[in-house]
Amino acid sequence: MTKDECKQVVLDIIAEIAPDEELSDVKPEVALREQLDLDSMDFLDIVMELRKKHGIEVPEGEYGNLVSLDSCAEYLTPKFNALV
Amino acid sequence: MEKYDVAIIGAGMSGIAAGIRLAHFGKKVCIFERHYAPGGLNSFYFKEGRKYDVGLHAMTNFVKPGVKRAPLNRILRQLRISREELNLSEQLGSRVAFPGRDLRFNNDFGLLESEVEREFRNEMDGFRKLVETIQTFDDTEFNYPYQSAREVVRRCITDVVLEDMIFCPLMYYGSSTEDDMDFGQFVVMFKSIFFEGFARPQEGIRNIIKLLLQRYKEAGGIRRMKTGVASFKIEKGRVDRLILDSGEEVQADIVLSSVGLPETYSLCSEKIESETDIKAGRLSFTETISMFKDQPSSFNWGDDTIVFFNNRDRFAYREARDPVDLTSGVICIPNNFDYGEANLPEGIVRVTCLANYETWKMYTEEEYNSEKENWRSRIWNAAKAFMPTNSLDYSKDCIAHDMFTPKTVEHFTWKQRGAIYGAPRKTKDGTTPVSNLFICGTDQGFLGIVGSMLSGIAMANTHALR
Repeated sequence: MTKDECKQVVLDIIAEIAPDEELSDVKPEVALREQLDLDSMDFLDIVMELRKKHGIEVPEGEYGNLVSLDSCAEYLTPKFNALV
Repeated sequence: MEKYDVAIIGAGMSGIAAGIRLAHFGKKVCIFERHYAPGGLNSFYFKEGRKYDVGLHAMTNFVKPGVKRAPLNRILRQLRISREELNLSEQLGSRVAFPGRDLRFNNDFGLLESEVEREFRNEMDGFRKLVETIQTFDDTEFNYPYQSAREVVRRCITDVVLEDMIFCPLMYYGSSTEDDMDFGQFVVMFKSIFFEGFARPQEGIRNIIKLLLQRYKEAGGIRRMKTGVASFKIEKGRVDRLILDSGEEVQADIVLSSVGLPETYSLCSEKIESETDIKAGRLSFTETISMFKDQPSSFNWGDDTIVFFNNRDRFAYREARDPVDLTSGVICIPNNFDYGEANLPEGIVRVTCLANYETWKMYTEEEYNSEKENWRSRIWNAAKAFMPTNSLDYSKDCIAHDMFTPKTVEHFTWKQRGAIYGAPRKTKDGTTPVSNLFICGTDQGFLGIVGSMLSGIAMANTHALR
């Protein structure tokens, strides 16, 4: 999986959790919370959807890695690639 | 023995909402409901071919789609329900009506501000100070200490009539304590009613229940109706198994109970030691529902969605001494929401008053029926005094009616004393002295339809998903 594909996985999850958010021009380097109306319950959902849909575990102490699309890709892509 | 990850007691708003979260994330979850109908305190039934709603007058917390951080939009996200599916229509306008005074409000807070200015010009600075205090209060924290809402309000407002007029709707729509409430609870209610507002799906509560159940089923949740839980077998400080009314036993790692705090404790096989007394609530209600052939607008009652009335100098929100307390109440006209062309087929007027549990409970069947008849017309007359004059002949023009009392509520919901807002003491974080038993719903402390769903979601997230 490439980092761009990984960002798309995260965006797809956000689209499902928050269908009312406009996701077409999310800036990958900017914190998601600064661009979208996401609260801690939504971030918990992103973590749980990653586990449910893709078998990826994000321990509570590492939630900080999900702050922006870039940081998500940095942190999650190796996890995805380790699955196969 | 059947074994679940989570057992939920009660198929009301909070129980189903919790179930959706848990089933969606792969938990093996079962909801046990003693009644044949889902919904709990907010439900519906048919009588002589007509549909009746119980509970929900209006959904509070109305905001437009997309409003950030709003509880309504947050819970819909968590439940994966879209605003379109919920199909809410906004209220036309509501009122707090006291002797010689009227405060109108709707889903635009500006109306209430201008009404306070019109009726209580000298209190305007105080009212603004109160609004600011409410806006800066952090109500997301579970464990804030108790603070008397009356005391906080009195620091801002000196006119007791304005004070009572603010408290009246907030108490009627969700206070389990007499005459005062916790300031945290006050803030939540104030925001949900005055900052946000009222709306209703055209189909009423059944639309919400239908959506929730559909989502729960799609997520793989299991539901057992007409299956009450008779007791929790406690071993080593945890619920070891659940004994059903039929005698069948099931196991669950976690138990989420929405049946109320004293009710939950009384299900435990061992006496639960607790630092404070857990008493059933003392506030119970009666409601009359009157149906008319025509729309209320045809008899000059087309403007008010909800009217909170009080006909005394001071508003008293406490256990009724008479079978029904006629000094205050709530009038709800479900036709008066903005449905566009598709209004309800018949006119409906619901009137809710405080009622005395013991009296209604003790009547013989014959007395019960004749007292219902007697109080129905007295309640109508008390409410009518605060409505525009009309040409109705109530006994002739009312084509169908029904009435519930505290006894009815207790019978169908198993809430002790028919106390719809539950016990005065809430367990905000949902924990109990039993390690795997948690409380959601009314006695966790979030009230109203949106509050109860939020309660189920928050307790499921906190205690069963992490």
